[in-house]
Parts: sequence; C-alpha cells; structure tokens
Amino acid sequence: MLTKRIIPCLDVKDGRVVKGVNFVQLKDAGDPVELASFYDEQGADELVFLDISASNEGRKTMVDIVEQTAGKLSIPLTVGGGVSTVDDMHNLLRAGADKVGVNTAAVHHPEIIESGAKVFGSQCIVVAIDARYNEQWKDWEVYTHGGSKASGLKVLDWANQVKELGAGEILLTSMDADGTKDGFDIPLTSRVSNAVSIPVIASGGAGEISHFYDVFQEGLADAALAASVFHYKQFTVEEVKQFLQQNGVEVR
Amino acid sequence: MIAIVDYRIGNVHSVHKAVQALGYDVIITDDHQQLLNADALILPGVGAYQDVMKFLHETGMDEVIYQYVQSNKPMLGICLGMQLLCTESEEYGMQQGLNIIPGRVTRMQDKPKIPHMGWNKLQFKQNEWVQSLEEGHVYFAHSYHVEVEKEEDVLATVNYHGPITAMVNKGNVFGMQFHPEKSGTTGKDLLRHFLALTEKVIVS
Repeated sequence: MLTKRIIPCLDVKDGRVVKGVNFVQLKDAGDPVELASFYDEQGADELVFLDISASNEGRKTMVDIVEQTAGKLSIPLTVGGGVSTVDDMHNLLRAGADKVGVNTAAVHHPEIIESGAKVFGSQCIVVAIDARYNEQWKDWEVYTHGGSKASGLKVLDWANQVKELGAGEILLTSMDADGTKDGFDIPLTSRVSNAVSIPVIASGGAGEISHFYDVFQEGLADAALAASVFHYKQFTVEEVKQFLQQNGVEVR
Repeated sequence: MIAIVDYRIGNVHSVHKAVQALGYDVIITDDHQQLLNADALILPGVGAYQDVMKFLHETGMDEVIYQYVQSNKPMLGICLGMQLLCTESEEYGMQQGLNIIPGRVTRMQDKPKIPHMGWNKLQFKQNEWVQSLEEGHVYFAHSYHVEVEKEEDVLATVNYHGPITAMVNKGNVFGMQFHPEKSGTTGKDLLRHFLALTEKVIVS
C-alpha cells in the first residue's frame, strides 16, 4: 500500500527559515539547505519550502536555495509562496523543485492551474488552500495573501474546482488550528479528503505525535505537514513514524 | 560518460546530481553524437507525453535513440521516460510512443486518489537482475500507468489498490515509473545498479 507521508515545512524568508505562530511573530530557526538535508536523513518523505519573502530579491534568493537544496536531497521538494505565473513555476522546477505550490494566484487566475498541469503534468501542481471556519456560513472559507484576505469562496467548492482544473494535490492549511498545537483540523481535512479524488496534505495544528495518527485515521489525510514541532525538536520525524507504525499506519 | 536526454523542460537537475553523486561523469544534452557515444542513456521523467514525443521527433532524437538501443548499451527511462518507451499513450488523446517496449500507457482507473503520489514498496518479479536488491519503498508521482503486452517485460510492481507496473526491462533497456533520484537509499541503490551495467563488457 501507499504509505502515509510526513512532510516538514520550512517557511523561508530572504534565505532563512522562519516559522510564525498564527502567521505573525516570526522566529529564526536556521539555514534551509542544512535543515533540508537533516530532515532527509531523519526519514522525512518530502519537504516543502514556503517562500514568504515580500520582495523580488527574496524570491530570486529562493531559486538559488532550491538549486542548492534539490541537488542534495534524496526526497521530493515542493516549493510554494509567491508563485504567480507559469514562468515562476518553470523557474522553480528547472532549479530542481519537484512540485510547485500555488495559492493566491490560483484564486485570482484559476487558469494558471490548467496551464501548469498541461505543461508540467498534474503531479507537479500543488494547490495550497488556507481555510478558516466562517461562523455565518457554518462552512469553511478560502483565504488568500498569506491568510489575510477572505476570498468569499467555499473551501469544498474551490477544492473540487482545482481538482477539475488539473491540480495534482491539495495542501490544506487550517488557519483555525495553525499555531495552536491542539491537533490538525479533523472535520475540515476529512471533508475535503472525502470530496476530492486527489491527495490531500493536512497542515496546521500539530503539537503531539498522536495528532499525526488522528489526521490519518480520522482526517483521512494522505500526508501531514508540520513545521515548528520539528524545527524546535519537540519530537522527530523518526519518532512520529515509529508511533504510526506501532499503531498500524503504514509508513516508509 | 552518462547522457541525460535534454527535452528543454522541467527538472532534470535532480537526476543529474544523483548520477554525479554516484561518481559518474554526466551531461544533459540534445547533441546526437554525445547521445550515441554515451555509456548509458537516461530519458528523464518530465513534461507532457505529446510535447516530449513531438520534440524528440522534430529534433531527430527519436532516431538517435533507436540507433543507440541497437548498440545494446544500457538505457533507462524514468517516470514519463519509461512511458515514452511504450507503443502508445492515451494522455491527451492517443499518442505514439517510441515503441521499444510493447505496451500502452493508460490513465489509472478505480483508485481512490489519482495521481498515485507517494511511497510504495517494490515487489520484484523472478529476475536475476534485481535478485541482489532490496524491495524497498520508492517515490511515485503519476496519473498514467504502463500496461505492457508481455508479462516477461515487467521487472517490478507495487500494490496501489491493485498492481501498478513499477519497473520494466527488455534487453538493455530499463524503465522505472518511480523517481529513483527521489527515492532515498532504495532509489540510489537501483540507480547505482543500473549504472554498473556500463562497466560490463557487452557482447552482442
């Protein structure tokens, strides 16, 4: 069977790894190239680099970092953040990324998903969805611009649309759970995973090893992503995998 | 010298680095003579089927590949590269492939999630070439899969809600549906095992 994947995420700003709590209050947690190799050796199944640089210069730095990192890794690398054109995708893939993540640009111009999938193949295109529960709607809403702008789109509708457009995978971040360390957003993740026939990576809320078990068993996630629990060595990727294996979840 | 066929698209950087890390001289090239002179040829796994086939045809590289295969030197198709070795593919309408290994590339059916994305454990067929290797986990990322005509051309499968062709082989031509360059130590071992074929004297 296909194993469940554990994916550390490195938020990179101007060439350095940072991780915010609820998207603000950034802390510095190291060098991306070094950290990436470290996670590869630890048994991570994939890595995600999220570029949160605000400047063009920062973005160019990211391409360099991808190039330095990709050659050293023996696992796949996804790069997202600020990807807004097919050219941006091409630059990152050419530099050595295996997949590219699109978020805000896809909401504004959904055709970028279709074009990207056609040129590079669906398996290269990851659509990142930042979701927050909307009390009025009693449903989840898609946010853009790093979680700062409500889009008016329902998460399930958007997830289905990106699948139809050719996305190969959804990186689903719960803004409600992110930074809380109370566990992944199970209701959100299971709803989306059930609704679409492409893999779903759950993100946001990991605080304990058992949370990973929950998001696979109850949340029906295909992969789980976390950042600070790994960066601050609360536990290791290896420990998560041991726990999962002991509890009957197949891992690599 | 190991040559990686340059389609001018996508990520060939990782394959290049992986081969280099195993201690081989390697070039990414579309130069006919360099391709023909290579000790091993790698068709990387990037792009869309029809675009790559069109590119190979327009640049005459398809003929170069046929000529190369005649030499009995080792060749490896990775992911899309393995699919290109087949007779035809139904990706975006029926497309002709290189027809080196008889078979069809079809869209996967009856899977809960497509693409088939992630790590799956290899199951080898009875075959001398893979006997010494470990049936480890390797990384897949594909929506289309290979159905070969002759069962004997299959070298390995994985179980993803039914068998998926993971490796093919005919003569000195090999195919890997997964990405050995992204498959940890198992992938590295497989790539090393393939490249070691360049050190054998080929009697044709």
